[in-house]
Amino acid sequence: MSRYSVFRLFREGLRNQTGWTRAWRDPDPKPAYDVIIIGGGGHGLASAYYLAREHGITNVAVLERGQIGLGNVGRNTTIVRSNYLFPENNLFYEKSLQLWEGLEQDLNFNVMMSQRGVINLYHSDSQRDAYARRGNSMRLNGIDAELLDREQVRALVPVLDFDNARFPIQGGLIQRRGGTARHDAVAWGLARGADRLGVDIIQNCEVTGIRREGDRVVGVETTRGYIAAPKIGIAVAGHTTQVASMAGVRIPIESHLLQAFVSEAVKPVLDHVVTFGAGHFYISQSDKGGLVFGGGLDGYNSFAQRGTLPEAEHVINEGVALMPLLSRLRVLRQWAGVMDMTFDGTPLICKTPVRGLYVNGGWCYGGFKAVPGSGWCFAHTVAKDEPHALNAAMTIERFRDGGMIDEKGAGPFPWLH
Amino acid sequence: MLRIDCPWCGTRDEAEFKYGGDATAKRPPAEGDGAAFYEFVYDRGNPKGWHQEWWHHVAGCRQWLKVVRHTVTHEIRSVAKATDDVTVPPA
Repeated sequence: MSRYSVFRLFREGLRNQTGWTRAWRDPDPKPAYDVIIIGGGGHGLASAYYLAREHGITNVAVLERGQIGLGNVGRNTTIVRSNYLFPENNLFYEKSLQLWEGLEQDLNFNVMMSQRGVINLYHSDSQRDAYARRGNSMRLNGIDAELLDREQVRALVPVLDFDNARFPIQGGLIQRRGGTARHDAVAWGLARGADRLGVDIIQNCEVTGIRREGDRVVGVETTRGYIAAPKIGIAVAGHTTQVASMAGVRIPIESHLLQAFVSEAVKPVLDHVVTFGAGHFYISQSDKGGLVFGGGLDGYNSFAQRGTLPEAEHVINEGVALMPLLSRLRVLRQWAGVMDMTFDGTPLICKTPVRGLYVNGGWCYGGFKAVPGSGWCFAHTVAKDEPHALNAAMTIERFRDGGMIDEKGAGPFPWLH
Repeated sequence: MLRIDCPWCGTRDEAEFKYGGDATAKRPPAEGDGAAFYEFVYDRGNPKGWHQEWWHHVAGCRQWLKVVRHTVTHEIRSVAKATDDVTVPPA
């Protein structure tokens, strides 16, 4: 498993591509590990990677029910940003964005990180004021943000409908360091990176039970047998409540559907990530030319991993209102992922009431951008048995103690965040 | 697309309704302690299977309905009035 480089690529080109080997091993589970991470998605793989790299804990297993990359890490709209209002979120997501900026060099893997800029549009005076406030909050925390007027936005994104009768575009808040990354490549790169540091990535291994002795965990029952570990991290967003309940822990989360869409490929029309301020809609263009877009939740509890038509119609309506050229394109693919929705829209990276059991979940629909930051903080929490300052507020107890981080101000209704 | 059989209006489209969340959460008495209110506001079963939930027929009779729906297949097993007791099939 040697390094990837342009010389390697050239050499393999001359050797008819015969020298490539698999990117990570396919080991059988050992009887015991120091740490087990349940869930081989972006967050689980990043957690294992940073456990090995930052804390020297390499006797780690990542247990994945199916194959790497088939869950939410491969089902999102690939947006990376740190443009939040509250400092708890701001600083955490900024750490994540900084890790994204060095991830390709760290992993020796091209994750196609593209800092093309994320623009949040505003359509009214009050919305402009709200974005100015958010931008100021970001700048106070050392994050780049810039308020654009209508003509500045038009110069960047001329294809939008600036004179929409109901929601004319007045301007936008841009974070130029935000952008997109190739989601599958992130999963593969982290899997390869963790594997090279000695982590066992065990696919097709579903956890069916968590074994406890008194108030602490001792191991997991799986479809490939019992595996012991004194520390177990859950990173299974979508099914966090199901897996945590195996250890008798109840987590304040509901599972909901979020859809995403890709249009047929067209020539470059959209250089940035743009979000519609008059509804919940976000769009970018992939390197292959497809317009990648999504909106809000389907709106009721579901584990179906497939979207329903009313929300699809709603999302496409929003898209056409923002970018009329969308009405001439066909949707090529549409799919849905299961979102862990918390009661304040902010994730959990924390200890649980059971000793040795840690939870990383509740990502709502912002999980992808958090992948490296989440893994970094979760690795710290598991290794030190205490949270890092960046995730100290992201506990289960915040709901009991009145410490909600409700970015949207929507109240305790998971399907509204 | 869900089709919800409202006991007052007949079978109507999902678009006429607004979702209201888990119908098993019970508000504790006003003198209830913090833990009881925590359970009422935040503690949910989040079942992967049959789920009792509120739907408000907001663009119809404006009644709250108690619906038993499957969270994987989206099949609706029963639609009852808000004060009715409902039976939930085994998972």
